[in-house]
Amino acid sequence: MSSIVQQDPQLLEQNPPLVKGGVDYHDLSEKICSVVEPEVGQTPMKYWIVLAITASITLLLGAMLTYLVATGIGVWGNNKPVGWAWDITNFVFWIGIGHAGTLISAILFLFRQKWRTSINRSAEAMTLFAVMCAGIFPLFHTGRPWRAFYWLFPIPNTDINMWQNFRSPLIWDVFAVSTYFTVSLLFWFTGLVPDLATLRDRATTTIRQWVYGLLSLGWRGSARHWRHYEAAYLILAGISTPLVLSVHSVVSFDFATSVIPGWHTTIFPPYFVAGAIFSGFACVMTLLLIARWSLNLQDLITIKHLENMNKIILVTGSIVGYAYACEFFIAWYSGNIYERFTFLNRAFGPYWWAAWSMYTCNVFIPQLYWIKKMRTNLWVMFIISITTNIGMWFERFVIIATSLTRDFLPTSWGYFHPTWVDMCTFLGTIGLFLTLFLLFARFLPMIAISEVKHVRSYEKHAFKPGPLGAPAGKVH
Amino acid sequence: MAHEETAGLSAPTPLDLLKEKVGLGPDKVYAVMGDFAEPEQLVEAGRKVRSLGYTKLDAMSPFPVHGIDEALGIPRSKIGWIVIFAAVLGILTAQVLIYYVGVINYPLVIGGKPLFDFTFTIPPTFELTVLFSSICTFLFTWVLSGLPRLYHPSLNYKKALAASDDRFILVIESDDPKFDPQQTAADLAGVGAENVEVVEG
Amino acid sequence: MREQKTGAGGQGPGASTGLVQIQGQIQGKTEPAGLKYWRSLNELAHTEQFQKWVENEFPTSHTELLDGNSRRTVLKVMAASFGLAGLAACHRPEVILAPTARGREDYSPGAPYQYTSVMTLNGHSMGLLVETYDGRPTKIEGNALHPGSLGAATALTQGSLLNLYDPDRSKEVLENGKASSWEKFAAAAKTLLSGDGSGVRFLSETVMSPTLADLRAQVLKKFPKAGWVEYESISRANEASGAFLAFGQDIDVHPQYDKAKVIVSLDYDFLGNDYPGPLAGKLFSAGRRVESEEDLDKLNRMYVVESQFSLTGANADHRLRMRGGDVKQFATDLLAALSAAPSGNDKRAKFLAAAAKDLKAAGAAALVVAGPRQPAIVHALAHAMNQTLGSAGATVTFTKSPQALTKTDPLTLLTTEMNMGQVSTLVILGGNPVYTAAADLQFAAAMAKVANTIYLGADPDETAADAKWNLPEAHYLETWGDARTATGVPAIQQPMIEPLFGGKSAIEVMALLLDTKDKKGYDLVKSYWLEQMPAKSNKEMTWRQALNDGLLKDAKAAEAVKPTADIKKISAAAAAEPPAAGSGIEVGFVASASTWDGRFINNAWMQEAPEPMTKLVWGNAALISPATAREKNLSEGDIVTLSKGNVKMEAAVMIQPGHADNSVTIALGYGRTRAGRVGKDVGFNAGLIRTSDGFWYGSDFAIASTGKTFELVTTQERGLAEHLNDRPLFREASVSEYKAKPKVIEEMSEVPEIHSIYPEWTWDKGHQWGMAIDLGTCTGCNACVVACQAENNIPSVGKDQVRRGREMHWIRMDRYYVGPEDDPRAVEQPLPCMQCENAPCENVCPVAATSHSPEGLNDMAYNRCVGTRYCANNCPFKVRHFNFLNWHKNDPEIMQMVQNPDVTVRMRGIMEKCTYCVQRIQEARITAKTNGRKDIQEGDVVTACQQTCPASAIVFGDINDPNSKVSKLKKQERNYAMLAELGIKPRTTYLARLRNPNPELEA
Repeated sequence: MSSIVQQDPQLLEQNPPLVKGGVDYHDLSEKICSVVEPEVGQTPMKYWIVLAITASITLLLGAMLTYLVATGIGVWGNNKPVGWAWDITNFVFWIGIGHAGTLISAILFLFRQKWRTSINRSAEAMTLFAVMCAGIFPLFHTGRPWRAFYWLFPIPNTDINMWQNFRSPLIWDVFAVSTYFTVSLLFWFTGLVPDLATLRDRATTTIRQWVYGLLSLGWRGSARHWRHYEAAYLILAGISTPLVLSVHSVVSFDFATSVIPGWHTTIFPPYFVAGAIFSGFACVMTLLLIARWSLNLQDLITIKHLENMNKIILVTGSIVGYAYACEFFIAWYSGNIYERFTFLNRAFGPYWWAAWSMYTCNVFIPQLYWIKKMRTNLWVMFIISITTNIGMWFERFVIIATSLTRDFLPTSWGYFHPTWVDMCTFLGTIGLFLTLFLLFARFLPMIAISEVKHVRSYEKHAFKPGPLGAPAGKVH
Repeated sequence: MAHEETAGLSAPTPLDLLKEKVGLGPDKVYAVMGDFAEPEQLVEAGRKVRSLGYTKLDAMSPFPVHGIDEALGIPRSKIGWIVIFAAVLGILTAQVLIYYVGVINYPLVIGGKPLFDFTFTIPPTFELTVLFSSICTFLFTWVLSGLPRLYHPSLNYKKALAASDDRFILVIESDDPKFDPQQTAADLAGVGAENVEVVEG
Repeated sequence: MREQKTGAGGQGPGASTGLVQIQGQIQGKTEPAGLKYWRSLNELAHTEQFQKWVENEFPTSHTELLDGNSRRTVLKVMAASFGLAGLAACHRPEVILAPTARGREDYSPGAPYQYTSVMTLNGHSMGLLVETYDGRPTKIEGNALHPGSLGAATALTQGSLLNLYDPDRSKEVLENGKASSWEKFAAAAKTLLSGDGSGVRFLSETVMSPTLADLRAQVLKKFPKAGWVEYESISRANEASGAFLAFGQDIDVHPQYDKAKVIVSLDYDFLGNDYPGPLAGKLFSAGRRVESEEDLDKLNRMYVVESQFSLTGANADHRLRMRGGDVKQFATDLLAALSAAPSGNDKRAKFLAAAAKDLKAAGAAALVVAGPRQPAIVHALAHAMNQTLGSAGATVTFTKSPQALTKTDPLTLLTTEMNMGQVSTLVILGGNPVYTAAADLQFAAAMAKVANTIYLGADPDETAADAKWNLPEAHYLETWGDARTATGVPAIQQPMIEPLFGGKSAIEVMALLLDTKDKKGYDLVKSYWLEQMPAKSNKEMTWRQALNDGLLKDAKAAEAVKPTADIKKISAAAAAEPPAAGSGIEVGFVASASTWDGRFINNAWMQEAPEPMTKLVWGNAALISPATAREKNLSEGDIVTLSKGNVKMEAAVMIQPGHADNSVTIALGYGRTRAGRVGKDVGFNAGLIRTSDGFWYGSDFAIASTGKTFELVTTQERGLAEHLNDRPLFREASVSEYKAKPKVIEEMSEVPEIHSIYPEWTWDKGHQWGMAIDLGTCTGCNACVVACQAENNIPSVGKDQVRRGREMHWIRMDRYYVGPEDDPRAVEQPLPCMQCENAPCENVCPVAATSHSPEGLNDMAYNRCVGTRYCANNCPFKVRHFNFLNWHKNDPEIMQMVQNPDVTVRMRGIMEKCTYCVQRIQEARITAKTNGRKDIQEGDVVTACQQTCPASAIVFGDINDPNSKVSKLKKQERNYAMLAELGIKPRTTYLARLRNPNPELEA
């Protein structure tokens, strides 16, 4: 407390503290754990109601997948020429969302962006759940998932004794996505261990003592632990950074390496990564705003955090916009009749409405963030975070489905109509995502306690250069 | 303290047996421990006791206190070297796998492309490298820290649990050549530690 | 090459009885297996040991068949029929199996054998080779020796195989709808035909069978007062009466398209719906084939005038659209123009002048043909022109017609008699007249006035419903018969299998009616032909030779004649004809490319074969021109009423570019009310407004929108010509352009030099399969599409799934319009898998389910495929087809019999595609080895599409062999690879179409 008062008010003006209010280490533990610690019985009714709803939507997902596997891909709207439609659209959509988590925890960590601490935990969790949702589609979009689920991995199999085709981007996908999920999980759990220890030590009931006790692996915060822990965390962050960039690049190869006009584009990797960060941050934003409001975390998730994220949304959104423009330019400049037609068809063909809702949501609307008032207005950022994700879903749909509807031979052109199964399946994944997130929010600390305390310790001494060089409190 | 009365008893309690397992004889002294309110004080005290000649030092804190390693003379982590090894292993695995399945075990002409070419091995190789190194990092973090474990004598310290909340604990272990319960306790109190206590293992 | 074997032979019923003895006999004898088999079968069928043996072998099947046909029993019957079919299938090996155990060298179970047979449709006979597996016909091909097919087969012929296995066929003898039996019918027949046969009438389709003609003669001799009427819904009466009008005698006309340099077709769609045989296509394409420099000067030129946009119109160099009623005037003017150059400057006049000039220039090499849907006078005018040009006898030949022309329409006459109660017994031999007869005849009502109606029909159709006696008609692959070609060449129709549902052929039924004895078709046919043979020749040998060749070579053909036409009389008659119909809408009726006159309605292959021009599947539509649509303010799918007087029908409108204005064309053969599971209520019944006076073209119809709409399902998005213009997918050039600059085709697309980061794979070892498709000769007839479906067990997916874009045809016929919407040209392009050397589909498959064989085939490993559909997405031609659902789930069991055992039946969830008939390549390799040859030779492998193509437009072979036909074709300058700019190196390439337009009209 006192130390904050000592700070130069002017500096304080520019860099408001990331952890507000008279919170001390213990108060921080109290504040964060209080969400997790009440007995299950004491959980507010509204939580159970929401959980019940999302859980039943998750059941719908189960039903749809069962129906799909029992009957065939024909229950979806996919056809010839549109072999991929909502299935792969949803896959790329969820994978994209899954990028913010690792990005925030890894890249921002390397850049010493301390403001990440209060959001990285939930962002990482979100990543895991999003990747789970994404993972459903590559498996279930196959005609024979009962074969695909092990023929897609390089496991020696006796039934046909063949191997994978490593020239195929789909195999790269299998490696990238499974690696990404594993690494994110390890990263997330590593970050959790000290906080689990905190929960263990605060636990009052035996069951909590046991559960958190086992999960925290006997962590006792010894300096001998911390030295390995910090090194490891740095390494994980270090390797996750190229990983997170690689995953969506690989996903973009699914299209970039093909010959189909509208897919066959070299700018896809950066363009997809930017789009992924864009949608990921938007999704984190949505969840954070809800959490902040419902769990009163205003002191921990400050306007500053949110504004920083909005700046990133603005930047990535503009990169995506640039990519769109670039595609059109290249299509025109290439002089290739098929390319030209594809992009004209995209904007003015039968799917013009999809294309324009994508341009609007992804490029035009985020431009509002040039204005600080907009960047810092909770309602504005909430709405934009939603529209951004709508726009990004459409981006994937436009790229995947509408490029397929009209390719080289006019005689093989077609149109895609989704079926109710398509829709329910997508809805179901949203249900799964929310259910997992609700459970996480209820039983695990949504905010990295030890890291927040760490940041707190600097801000108490704003003018001592932190051991990490950058003067604490300085964010940029 | 409770332990001092029960010290002489011959019949070993389950706790004693557990201690045996973790290499601590019954009623063996583990360390002298004391705590502080702020990380800076901990670091400061650490330096001081070290200057007094203590070598077997440890600290417990709710978050990594920077400078504590230097203060207590704890060496840097070696985990990086292990991970580099894992990364190389990942690269080799991918290359060998792709070459073996594509050229030796089941050669197929696909898209008029060569049976093996460096270009299309890049993505899987990269992913396997990352996968191997991260798994290895994760495992060795705990192995090197001697975790997971169910029990540690430091838990006998009455403020032990606060180490995950808001207290910063300094530990001078009993196997320190200069260790002597009374004297060490006095020294620790001397550097400003609170709740100084001789903790039995 | 498959072995072609003698199918049958032997004398009439012998003395032997019982299986054992027969088998004993067999080993004793030395003649080919077929002989014994059939003879034994005939004997067996008679002996009661056999009957007993059947009962023991198939306890249920034999009796099941005779039960009622409730929904449950339908299933039973299907199972039973399968059993009986199985039994029938057993027949061929049944006798042979025993000896096989003793090692017969000329038959091996499970191996495909081909037997000759013949199919007739619409007065055309087509010689066939039918492939059978253990007595199970699975594939139909043309018989190269037969003058009616010359080795090719049409889509309808290919499709007729599926009718054999149609589970909804008539399965039992019914009397007043109650189960009866052949014995009971035979008994009844005694009383029905007696005395002088007064009141007895026979109604049959065109009689092409000499044996049947002979029986007819006998019947009419025995019952002098009886009458016989021939009727076809797709009538060719106008041809005959036209010839009579021109020459004053009964003449059959045979156009020789291959000999013609300039062809003018007066509304004659001889490449499509006016001619169900492959012959016209064969001959015409011969005049379009370019294999050497000099061929460029030999190319024929075709002018077509017609109302609907037909395949013939699409293949024309110049096409003039006009209402069917106006063709007569055009013909008159053209005849006049041959002597005096016409005046006028509009399109019609220019066209007329150019055509006339060309015709005169061609002289004896000119050919004018008139369509069967045009009145007699137009045919007469055509004959007059040919005579004037001196081409009569050269490009068109004549033979004496075997039957005399009846002046008035025989069916009208018959109906009148029936209505006047003069008919007591009506024997209908096929044809479903209740459905096909002109609406104003009210044939059903007339039938009700007849005491005894006997209907021999393949299906429980509309006529069957009204007939007293229903007799199941055997499929032509089930019974013995024969047929003569138009020029009189006879061929024997051999059965491949015992009647699945106990049916009989017209021949057998006539024999039964004649002397109430149940004679076998085999005996009837054979005895007839043995009589025909010269007394002291080796009749048995000749007969066997005939079965082997599929025709009787030295039978006396129809007498060729050189009649002369009275041109003055014809012109006078033409002038006397009333002028063309008035201002109202004209409705033209055409045979359906899929169901013909409705007889193929329950045939899923045909239903799903896209109509060549509209690409419409599972139904028909009222085709109108864009202009008419604008004028009447109609859009695609609007349901309209077409009405005139008291006839009226509803149909969905489809806009057909290039159609004549103020005119509607609608295909017959749809809207059947009584048909099987596949064909019921598919399409609109044009028969409702087809009257005697407007049998082909009805004038002054009113068209009015009902406000309702209907979803027409096509396999192709329409109106895309504008996109093709800048896409060098289908390439064509005029002969003059090509001669001036052979590179013109190649330069239509700029193929950049591909610099691959990978070393190119070399394909120079062993066989390297490739294909060349000549767009110049391909007429777009769909035969390849259906042939491929039959050969490769390709499922039909049904209307709804086609609507969703999930049709499965491995080779499809792409149609593009070129030019203005109101009057465009149209081109057709067959599209199988291109078998790219650098196949984009292979690169992207994660599990390596599709890869390249050493012989350059783009193979699919079905059992490895997990169905990511990535390969289909990445195929620039979209020739990969995914099993979105289990297409075979609802196949009745009997349908399994049509499956080709050499080809996997694909399960749901996997990808499939054209394999270049890899099973045939393997079979050829095995045959070559077993025949002691080291390797496959040129011509050993013939793909299904190539084999059936009437235009011989598809050539498959080893591109690694510089002397193979395909290599030679690929060397032509006009050879191009579609989308070569993608660097995919397709193995299937196209020979650009060479048009031969008249320079005067091009300007």
